[in-house]
Formats: sequence, structure tokens, C-alpha cells
Amino acid sequence: MSKRIEVKDLNVYYSKFLAVEGVSLEIEPRSVTAFIGPSGCGKSTFLRTLNRMHEVIPGARVEGEVLIDGNNLYDPEVDPVLVRRQVGMVFQRPNPFPTMSIKENVLAGVKLNNKRISRSDADDLVEKSLQGANLWNEVKDRLDRPGSGLSGGQQQRLCIARAIAVSPEVILMDEPCSALDPISTLAIEDLIEELKQEYTIVIVTHNMQQASRVSDKTAFFNIAGTGKPGKLIEYDETTTIFSNPSEKATEDYVSGRFG
Amino acid sequence: MTTAAAPIRAKQRPGDRVFSKSAVFAGSMILVTLAAVATFLIVQSIPALFADSEDASILDTNFWAYVGPLVFGTIWAAALALLIALPISIGIALFISHYAPRRLASALGYIVDLLAAVPSVVFGLWGIGVLAPAVQPVYSWLVDNLGWFPLFAGPVSGTGRTILTAALVLAVMIIPIITAISREVFLQTPVLHEEAALALGATRWEMIRTAVLPFGRPGIISAAVLGLGRALGETMAVAMVLSATGAVTFQLLTSVNPSTIAANIALSFPEAYGINVNVLIATGLILFIVTFAVNAIARWIVARRAEFSGAN
Amino acid sequence: MTTTITPPEPKTSSPISNSLTAGKLPNQAPWMVLGASLLVSAALFGMLALTGGEFDWAGMFVVAALVYVVTITTVSRVVEGPRKAMDRFVTALVTGAFIVAMIPLVSLTITVVTFGLNRFDVEFFTYSMRNITGEGGGAVHAIVGTLLMTGTAALISIPIGLMTSIYLVEYGRGRLARGITFLVDVMTGIPSIVAGLFAYALFAIFWGPGTRTGIAGAVALAVLMIPVVVRSSEEMLRLVPVELREAAYALGVPKWLTIVKVVLPTSIAGITTGIMLSIARVIGETAPLLIAAGFTNSLNYDMTEGRMSSLPVFVYTQYANQGNPPEAYLDRAWAAALTLILIVMALNLIARLVARFFAPKYGR
Repeated sequence: MSKRIEVKDLNVYYSKFLAVEGVSLEIEPRSVTAFIGPSGCGKSTFLRTLNRMHEVIPGARVEGEVLIDGNNLYDPEVDPVLVRRQVGMVFQRPNPFPTMSIKENVLAGVKLNNKRISRSDADDLVEKSLQGANLWNEVKDRLDRPGSGLSGGQQQRLCIARAIAVSPEVILMDEPCSALDPISTLAIEDLIEELKQEYTIVIVTHNMQQASRVSDKTAFFNIAGTGKPGKLIEYDETTTIFSNPSEKATEDYVSGRFG
Repeated sequence: MTTAAAPIRAKQRPGDRVFSKSAVFAGSMILVTLAAVATFLIVQSIPALFADSEDASILDTNFWAYVGPLVFGTIWAAALALLIALPISIGIALFISHYAPRRLASALGYIVDLLAAVPSVVFGLWGIGVLAPAVQPVYSWLVDNLGWFPLFAGPVSGTGRTILTAALVLAVMIIPIITAISREVFLQTPVLHEEAALALGATRWEMIRTAVLPFGRPGIISAAVLGLGRALGETMAVAMVLSATGAVTFQLLTSVNPSTIAANIALSFPEAYGINVNVLIATGLILFIVTFAVNAIARWIVARRAEFSGAN
Repeated sequence: MTTTITPPEPKTSSPISNSLTAGKLPNQAPWMVLGASLLVSAALFGMLALTGGEFDWAGMFVVAALVYVVTITTVSRVVEGPRKAMDRFVTALVTGAFIVAMIPLVSLTITVVTFGLNRFDVEFFTYSMRNITGEGGGAVHAIVGTLLMTGTAALISIPIGLMTSIYLVEYGRGRLARGITFLVDVMTGIPSIVAGLFAYALFAIFWGPGTRTGIAGAVALAVLMIPVVVRSSEEMLRLVPVELREAAYALGVPKWLTIVKVVLPTSIAGITTGIMLSIARVIGETAPLLIAAGFTNSLNYDMTEGRMSSLPVFVYTQYANQGNPPEAYLDRAWAAALTLILIVMALNLIARLVARFFAPKYGR
């Protein structure tokens, strides 16, 4: 249930503006990969190209290849909708659907696609997904209450449950803890640790401690200046990046001497 | 490498295609409708533009001589209404946004909005039945005591159904429109500016004068122009309240009054036949052009404000 | 404001307990001045009434208001200085403006209710005006016509308006979208009578000149209703956070299903409110229906054949073509006006309740 991602020489544009330039990397299945770097360096933009979510932004386009188990995402015949069913995403701010209950939120990926699902299958899926997101015990008595009534951390775990309910191969997380308090953050980090048994996980984070805690490999992105494209500076084992990076810029950034 | 420089087009699914096509279709219907409105009005108007009294019984000489007084009456009535409504509306908007107790404010706003919901024919009925008899003694008094002032020249109308009464009814009808927009603009005044003024020891009025009014000026102007547009096109209230003779006069209180385009159409159309119908449609076209111009000015002001306010 | 300008006098009367209250009128002062103004004015008009004629209530209140404004400004200027006096003056004016605006509303309500109740009876809602001269009769044909024509107008406007707003918010880019936005603005400004002329001219082509039918009336109303529906729905759709759309896309939901199942349900309360307010707006339109649908005294259920009456036009014709006795016609006009206002108010009220209770809570 987990796949390998290969990115070959990827450029991302917003209309004419080159936002990310020449990224090539390989992400192993069943691992956690963290993208770190200063604001505006293109790491979130790059993350979105891994499931073609950048196409939601008007004018965004890419050059290059993203292969998931050898299949090019950007082949003209590929339907982005199907890509997104394989590569799920969790956003910066928790965004449960306000019109749906907790249960409906978990089933959203199934129901919104007009798929029929029997009642018992649905109940099983809800329980499995919520347990997968470490949320089952907290919400099992109020599955029919609105999802917006939960705390921020619970909402974010609900969004993770929603993402894994469609059984993706890869889960992308765009700063999933930046809107959460430390306790909720810890819960999410524990969850990521468990999810990696089954999924390939890519996480963007501003928090370097978080990257060092949860990830196996880390990619450092940087930007030369405003108006310049973001670039992948260094990509290596997390321990190497944080203890013995090969680039000066990486060392400056991880040691807090960035300027 | 199979790189494609052009943006890769998302493969469209049938559902997406049907849905987006119908959305485009609906949008295009607006284009079609408006084009149809313009075309029909123009085509139907052409015979009227060159007609004379032999072709159309309601014309005295030619079309332009017929429509001239109507255009004058339309603009004169609407301008009077705006003159009455604007200060009152700004007052109400300020009262709701900055004077009334917070808890009451939204309820008061709702009450003023209720005025906007009253159908114009009811205003017409009220104008004849209540307002005209009520203001007639005031008109008499004005003519007796201030008759030397050209606008108030006599002889006074015995029914009170003069252009001023029509303008009063129109004013009541556009007050809620102007109030609603001004109120919104006043409420959007940056709190920082207001607090800056208050912290310098300004009274409430000084705060409003220095922070609220300058910020809201473009909003007030566009609200006023929108109200004017509404007053120009308003039909039934004027048709019912105004006892028109079709004269061009600025006198407010006599029984000799100009008519308005809209009211004239409503009154003459049910009995119109032949080229007369075309004449009336042509006056409608002119009304359309006038209101279009007025609304265009309002939009231009709003757009300019958006540029200068720095808010997105 | 005819006072001589005297500098605010140092307090002489009561001992100063709090220096911050010095040189300031007590809180109740405006109310005391208001009461005094009313008394003075009442006395004045009372004396006038004694010398002849009846007591002029309207004049009394006008004079009282003037006395109040002058007094409070003067007193404040003497005690508190010119800045505070200006503030009190403007406060009085602004409050006055609000009260002035309430006069027509109150007067209108009282008139419509008192006159309207005269004929607000069972017969009014069960009879048409067929073969009725003088007293009796009712407006059932007009009510049916209003419901049919407004309903048809809504059937035309809601799909077009809603889909257009979806186009503008979800798909619209470039020239076509800008053009449509502009044209919707233009359409908002079409005077209602011009919409009536358009519908009349349109149907004159198919059925010959002079034809007036219910469907023509409905088209005229739709022309007025579409831009209102587009505007309000567009506003509501734009309020739906982008995050929700992205969440659905990230689950592999196609765009159209995202719109139908996420965006629309989230904004449905606001859209419903907008649609009901637009119905409330066109249901009171008189002029376009007078021109496009005409009027009749009989029940007519056929939108495509024959003239169709409506409540606003009924009000107008009952007033304009008074027969004998005129009171019977005026009473029917007022009763129809009351019915119309009740319908409009009900629509407004329901619309606000929908907006209040069914709006989604975003929990942030």
C-alpha cells in the first residue's frame, strides 16, 4: 500500500514566474520525508506538484516528471482526479467539511465520489480510519455531531482519517501542525510515526525539531532572494542533515544561523 | 524527457464537461438576454423616432418634442428626491453605525431595510391617500408666506399631488437603499483611525468628521448615484401620486407638473395602439440609456475607490 | 445658536467632587431639555388651539424638536464649550434623521393595516372580480396570477442565476467572465418598466402586437430577478473557504462533484436567503406586469393564453378604475396591498431565519 516517488528535474511556474527550479529526488516507500526551508522557498509549492494540487491555483504549471512507481503523473492521459485518490493530502489548517458530521467527514472521499457503500462497510471504514488517526476513542460516542465542533488537534486528526479512508498510497502533509498547540502537535507526530508502517509520508514543516523527530530523510530547500526560484539544496538522511550537512547553507539554517 | 512546456491540460471527465458547459451556457444567457433587450428596444423604437403627429396620435409635433419634457420631469423628480433623501440617509446610517446602542443597531438596520421591501404600488396608494392630503396645508402655507421664492410660486395645488409630493415618495423609497450602502461603508471604517481620533480627545462628531466621513465619502457618492438610478426608473409611485400635465416647470407646489418617462409609459401603455406603442417604447429606451449612464458613473466611482483604498 | 460666545464658566454651584465631571452637563440633561421643549411647544400649540382650531400634533412635535436642538446646543455651548456643543447638535440631527425616516414607515404600516382590514375577509380570498361591480368580490385571481408568474420567473431565474454565479466563481477567467460581471451590473440597473417593455416586444413578435400573457409577465420578472440572484449567490459562493475545495480535490473528487457536494451545501443557506429576497423584490413589481401581462377580472391558470392579473396590478387597477361606490374599490385596493405586504414580509422574515439558523459554522 505504499509507493516510491521519483522526481526528475522539475520546474514549477506561476504563469511566467519560475517558483521552483530543477528539483530531482527519490522518496522511498514506507518512510517519512521532511521538507524544510525558509518561507517562500517553494517547498509547499513543490509538495503540491506531487499530487497535482497546484493545478487548483490559476496559472500554475510544471515542467519535468514525477513518477509514482514508474508511472508519470504528468502524462497527458493521466486524470489528476485519479492521482489525488492515490496521493492524499493534509493541509495547514484543519478543514473538515462544516456541513458534515464526523462520520460523514471520514466517508467524504467515498461519498463525494458517488460510490455506493453498504452500511456495515461504512461503519467499519469509519472505525478503521478513525483508529488509524488515533481519534476513535475520543469521538466514538459522537460520530453524528458536526466535525467543526472538535478541537483544532482533533479536527486535524479527523482530516487525516478522512485522507486515509480513501486508502491512498502516499500522504502529503503541508505544515499539518502549524495551527496546533504543542500537545496536539505531539499527538500528530505520534500518529505520523504509526502511519509510516503503511504509507509513504511527505511532510512540509517549519519546525526543525519536528523534522528531526519524525522524518527519516530531510530535504532542505532555499531561495537565493526574492524573485529568484526556490531550489533543492540538500537531500539526505535526517541525522546527516542535522548533524553533518555537506552544504554551508544547510548548516546555517539548521543551526539557526540563517541570515 | 517528455517535458511539455505548455500547461498540461487536465483530462476532463464527462460530468465535469457537462457541468462547466452548462455554467458557461447560463452565463452566456445573460449576454443573450441583455443583447435581446437592447435589440428589441432599438428595433421597436426606430419607427417612433421619425414619426409625426399624423402617424402617432399622442405626438404633437415630433418625437423629440414629446420626450423632452418627460426627460426633464424624470431628472427633476429624481434629483429632488435625492436632495431630500441623501442628508436623511447619511443621518440614519450614522445613527445606526455610530450612535445607536450596539444591541439595537442591527434591529434598527432591519427596520430601515423593511422600508425597501414595501412594493412601490403600496407607496403610491399611501402617497395619494395619506401623504398628499397631509402636506397640502403645508404647501398652502408655503405659497402664502414664501410665494416670492420662485420654486414655491402659486397657485397652490388643491390636491397636494405635485412634483414635490412625488419626490417625497421617491425619497422615502430610496432612503433605505442609500442608508444600507452608507451604513456598510461607515461600519468598515478602520477601527484604528477611529480610536486614533478618540485617543486625541476628539468628541464623537469630531471623530466622525475626521475618520468616518472621509473614509466613507466615495461609498456615499456611489450610494447616492445608485439611489438616483432607482428614482429615475421608479414607475408606479410616481404614476399614482403625480397629477401631471406634461409642462416643463420648476415650480414645486402648483397643479402644473411635468411627468416622468416611466410614469407616462405606465399610464399610456394600456390604451396605446399602432405607432403610439413604438413611441412609448422609444421613451423607454431613452430611460434605459439615462439609467445606464447613471449606473456607469456609480460603478466608475466604486472602482476608483477600490483602487485608492488599498484594500483588496 | 444665537448665543454670545462666553468661555465656559468655572463651576460655581455644586461642590466639585470629581474634577473629571467639571464643566460637563449631567447625564440626564438632554432628557430634561427634551421634556422642557415638549412642554413649551405643547403650551404654545395649546394656546393656539384655544384661540381657534384643533390641536396640531404634527406642528407641536416639529416645534418641540426645533426648540430642543436650539436649547441643547446653546446650553452646551455655555457650559461645555463650542466643541461639545457641536457634538450635541450633530447627535440631535442624526437622531432626528432616524426619527424622520420612521414616520413614513409607521404611517404606512398603520394606514395599510387599518384600511386593509376592512376587506381582509374570506370573500376576498375566495372570489375573483368576475362579473362584480361595486361591493364584494375578491382578489383570488390576482393572487393566483402573482403566484404563477412569480413562480415561473423563479423557475427561469434560479437555474440561470445560480449557474452563472457558479461560472463566475468557479470557472470564470478572462474576458467572458469580466464581460458577464459587467453585464450583470447593467442588468441590475434596468428600470422595471423597461423590462416590461422588453417582454411585451418579445412576445408581440410571436403572438402579434397587443398580446399580453402570463408568460410575458414572468419573463419580465425574470429579467429583473436574474441579476439579483447572480449577485447574491456569487457573494455567498465566494465566502466558501478555498480550503474546503482543496480538501475535496485532495480526496480525488472531481471539480463538478466538489461544487455540487461541498461548495453548494456549504453556501446553501446564504443562497436560499438571496433567492427569497429576490423573490420578495419582484413579487411587488407592478409596472412590468401591467405592461406585459395586463389585467383581467377573471381567474386564469393558463400562462400562455390571455391576460393574467397579479396582486400589485390589482391594487393599481382597483385604485385607478374606481367604480361606484368608490369605497368598495379602495377597500379592495388596500386589502390587496395588505396581502402583498404580508407576503413580502413573510418572505423577508423566512429568508433571515434561514440565514440565521442554517448557516454552517466553521468552528474557527
